[in-house]
Amino acid sequence: MPKKYDTPLLDELEKGAFPSFVTEIKKAAKKTEMANDELGVLEKCYRERKTHWKHGGIVGVRGYGGGVIGRYSDVPEEFPNVAHFHTVRINSVSGLFYKASDLRTVCDIWDKYGSGLTNFHGSTGDMVLLGTTTDKLEPIFAEFSSRGWDLGGSGSALRTPSCCVGAARCEWANIDTMGITYAITQEFQDEMHRPAFPYKFKFKTAGCACDCIASIARADCSIIGTWKGSIAVDQKEVKAYESKGMNIQAEIVDMCPTSCISYDGKALKIDDANCSRCMHCISKMGKALKGTGEKGATILIGSKAPFVVGATLSWVIVPFIKMEPPYTDFFDLIRKMWEWWDEHGKNRERIGELIIRRGMREFLEYIGLDPLPQMVKEPRRDPFWFWTDEDLTK
Amino acid sequence: MALPQRRTDIGPPHFKDFIPPVIQKNYGDWAHHEILSGGVMVHVANSGDKIWTVRCASPRLLSTDTIREIADLAEKFCGGYLRFTTRNNVEFLVSDEKQVQPLLDALKAKKYFVGGMGDSVHGYHITNIVHTQGWIHCHSACTDASGLVKVIMDDLADYFNVKTTPGKVRLAVACCTNMCGAVHCSDIAIVAIHRKVPRIEHDSVKNLCEVPSTIACCPTGAISPDPAKKSIKINNDKCMYCGNCYSVCPALPISDPENDGVAIVAGGKVGSLRCDPKFSKLVVPYIPNNPPRWPEVTSAVRKILEAYISGARKHERVGEWIERIGWEKFFELTGFPFTFQHIDDFTIARETFRTSAAFKW
Repeated sequence: MPKKYDTPLLDELEKGAFPSFVTEIKKAAKKTEMANDELGVLEKCYRERKTHWKHGGIVGVRGYGGGVIGRYSDVPEEFPNVAHFHTVRINSVSGLFYKASDLRTVCDIWDKYGSGLTNFHGSTGDMVLLGTTTDKLEPIFAEFSSRGWDLGGSGSALRTPSCCVGAARCEWANIDTMGITYAITQEFQDEMHRPAFPYKFKFKTAGCACDCIASIARADCSIIGTWKGSIAVDQKEVKAYESKGMNIQAEIVDMCPTSCISYDGKALKIDDANCSRCMHCISKMGKALKGTGEKGATILIGSKAPFVVGATLSWVIVPFIKMEPPYTDFFDLIRKMWEWWDEHGKNRERIGELIIRRGMREFLEYIGLDPLPQMVKEPRRDPFWFWTDEDLTK
Repeated sequence: MALPQRRTDIGPPHFKDFIPPVIQKNYGDWAHHEILSGGVMVHVANSGDKIWTVRCASPRLLSTDTIREIADLAEKFCGGYLRFTTRNNVEFLVSDEKQVQPLLDALKAKKYFVGGMGDSVHGYHITNIVHTQGWIHCHSACTDASGLVKVIMDDLADYFNVKTTPGKVRLAVACCTNMCGAVHCSDIAIVAIHRKVPRIEHDSVKNLCEVPSTIACCPTGAISPDPAKKSIKINNDKCMYCGNCYSVCPALPISDPENDGVAIVAGGKVGSLRCDPKFSKLVVPYIPNNPPRWPEVTSAVRKILEAYISGARKHERVGEWIERIGWEKFFELTGFPFTFQHIDDFTIARETFRTSAAFKW
């Protein structure tokens, strides 16, 4: 019989309308000693208001340098079943789609070799299996990989690429986000499983500027779908929105950031040449407005969380690229970027930080892109710029 | 029993085997969608085919028992097809309209928390909170993310499927400044912080840490070598408690129950709608950790949300509303004290100072 822990603090978190993670741990604790000790150590964390987990050591599966995060308790005598409590990252399916039968297989494997606790999903988008021991890693990998699943990324490597639902179930998708994510993941398996970068690298792909995957805030390479062409207007549907209570002037015309929409009560007009394709009007009256013409993506580089010198948002480096299979131009561009980053990046320096440190010019020249006004919000304000010998002869 | 033969570098399974037939057939050919209630929407393809999505919240941390239950529900009502959203919601993908209500009834009977959808026509709702590992199993956590998510969502439960907000509101919780989640660009977000410099375990530094990389990892250059002790020194005046050095060198513990706690930031967004994406900005610099239900945090979040609801125009996000009325007005309306901690003194400080004599009293 597993030891029964008193959890008066955690029990408070079983009350209320929102589903309780404590209930989840208790369910698993009935089946595994590991989940039971997790419950015990978590109550201790709540009581003492501090974490009881230590740094990971190097653990993993043969031939891979990532995909498993080593985790150890700092109170192993008190909670011996979570002395080792490693995390396994399984590369999820693009768009986070599942079939019931596959989910059950995942559960069967995880009940056999792990704590029975999971995260659906980790922040990067992996299916996260929480809590196992070093000796179970090879069996877990054999069980998953023989059924067509592979590990995700960790450490200074390509992390598991992720995307919004895109063309699978969204009329606003300008690109096949799931197809692109699958292609990137397959193309760069080595970069994912054998860490060789200065630091982590993340791809996130969004079908439009709504950016439901938050690519612009948390991907070293953000791929955001867009179009070159007009917004088609269905005037009958515009009227339908109005008759359902939408104030077209206040909600659409006045909120357009480029003032390119007008409405005279009869017809809605869009000055397409001045539209920045922000998605406000389209997302508010989806039945009436649609982007038309050539579809593709804007590539932006450099976003990351605050570590170390402050958070960054990704910035434009390729205003428009077609993004169609086999994505050769895109992969070539990425390899060029990585080559430059590999050459100059310091330990734990993200590619965006390196660009800021060494300058956009060096980066753009290396990867072979010309400067464009779409890359900046405004030109520089200071009078201190460089001239190369070549510039002087132009 | 012998293990099956392992395979390497195969990548994830292809999604085509995981999407329902109606998605296979209409892939890339959808016409429009409509939110039918706080937790149900229908997508209509150009072919006229439809798919209904029923969304409910998950705590992200799931037991295999619950996953099996979700799989059984999907099997019974939607051919086994489901997906998760990036905000930890479960979406049941129903191809047969007749199954929508029975599924909703089954979810209700099992007390699933259905909701989290909204748009301009139906009205906006909050959705599930993006969050990090916390005390569940992270070494650098200075609060518990799952606990905070639970108490905030309990408090704001009505906004998940009944009460509406003027625009989209995206919430996030990060258990340290590493921010494994988009806290830095969320409408309202919690980030846990330290307030004291790391302690140096001199005897362990030489065994556990690489001194040059420990020195190099400090964003403010506060760490220098201490050759006599074969260890390092920290300039306390320069340290801003980010904890990056602890991730590089385990002999520099920074966790401190008496001084750790959480900060609240607001006004960020990631979409380009109406205005460019925005970072979240500091609203409350410190609230002590008060588990299990962090009442001071839930009341501060509610205060921001309610001020936004009463002041914002339709479609405006929290950050757009605050920028329209001005941050000085925001602090007046919410009553949060403005302190030295609110004035930036790090890398982008000069961009944040007010360079105009036009402001509100």
